[in-house]
Amino acid sequence: MAKRKNILAVASGGGHWVQLLRLRPAFEGRRVAFVTVRDSYRADVGDVPFYVINDATRWDKIGLARMCLRLLWIILRERPGVIISTGAAPGYFALRFGKLLGARTIWLDSIANVEQMSMTGCLVRRHADLWLTQWPHLAASDAPPVVDGLRPACLGAVL
Amino acid sequence: MILVTVGAQMPFDRMTRAVDAWAGERGRRDVFAQIGETDFRPQHLEWTPFLEPEEFRARVEGADILVAHAGMGSILTALQAGKPILVMPRRGDLRETRNDHQVATAKRFLEMGRVEVAFDEDELKQKLDKLDALRAAGTISAWASPELLGAIRDFINAEGPVGPTSRRNEGVR
Repeated sequence: MAKRKNILAVASGGGHWVQLLRLRPAFEGRRVAFVTVRDSYRADVGDVPFYVINDATRWDKIGLARMCLRLLWIILRERPGVIISTGAAPGYFALRFGKLLGARTIWLDSIANVEQMSMTGCLVRRHADLWLTQWPHLAASDAPPVVDGLRPACLGAVL
Repeated sequence: MILVTVGAQMPFDRMTRAVDAWAGERGRRDVFAQIGETDFRPQHLEWTPFLEPEEFRARVEGADILVAHAGMGSILTALQAGKPILVMPRRGDLRETRNDHQVATAKRFLEMGRVEVAFDEDELKQKLDKLDALRAAGTISAWASPELLGAIRDFINAEGPVGPTSRRNEGVR
C-alpha cells in the first residue's frame, strides 16, 4: 500500500518559522498544511491549510495541555503521512503524536543551535525518523553523542 | 534608514537603550526600532512594540541596514533581503534569553562573514559609528540548500518501512 505523502509542517515563531518556510520547495506537489503560533504568518504561505496554536514553554503546564489538545485535533483531522518541524515545543509534541498515529517524522534542529543540539531536539530523538542538525561539526564522528549514545545527522542547512 | 529589531518574543532593552543613546549623541533622526513589550521609552527613535510579518518585510526593504538581536528570524530575513546586519547577542546570564546560544550563533555567523557583531553596548556604539561603511554579505536565496531539500524530498517520497534505509534515524553510535 502506498504511503500517505501529505505533509504537516510545524514551527513556533520567529526563526523557527522562517527556517520552515525555506524548506517549501521540498514539499512541492504534495498537500501541505502549516501549523504555527501567529495568525499573521498566514500571509507567508498563501492559500493552503493553516492552523494557529498557542505557544507554550515547558514551564507552562496549562498552556502545554491546550497546545497538545489542539495539535492532536489537527493531526487527526489532517492525517499527515509526514510531519516535519524546525522546533520548538509545538514540533516536539506534533512529532510524538504523529508517530503514535503512524506518520513518518522529520526533526530539523534550528541553525541557531551551533554548539549543541537544542534540549527539545534531544528529547524528540526517539520520535524522529529523520533526526537532523544543520551543523556538520555536531554530526561528525568525533562529536560527542547527545542522547542514547547517538548524534544527529547533518544533510544540509537552511542556507 | 536604520531598522532596529529585537524579534517578536521579548524585549532587549540593553540593545535598545544603547541605540537610543547613540542616536541622541549623533543626532540621528533616521532610526526606526521594534522594541518589544517593555516599559523603556526611547527618546531618539521612532518605535513600535511589534511589527507583523508584512510590515516587517516592508520595513526591511526600506532600510539600508539592520541592527538586531542575534535571532535567526532577523538574520535570515536580512540575508534574504540582501541587507547588511549588525547583531548584538542576548546573554543567558542577564536573563535576556534562556542560554548563551545567541552568542554562539553570532560568533559562527561572524566567522562565515554573514553578519557584523557587537558583543556589548560599547562595541555596539563603536560599530554604529561605522555603520554606513557596512556592506551586505550578498543576497542569499529564499530556499534551503539543495542538499537539504533533496534529502527531505527523498524521505517524503520513500516507500520503505521507515524512510530511506540509509537515512533512518541517522544518529550513529
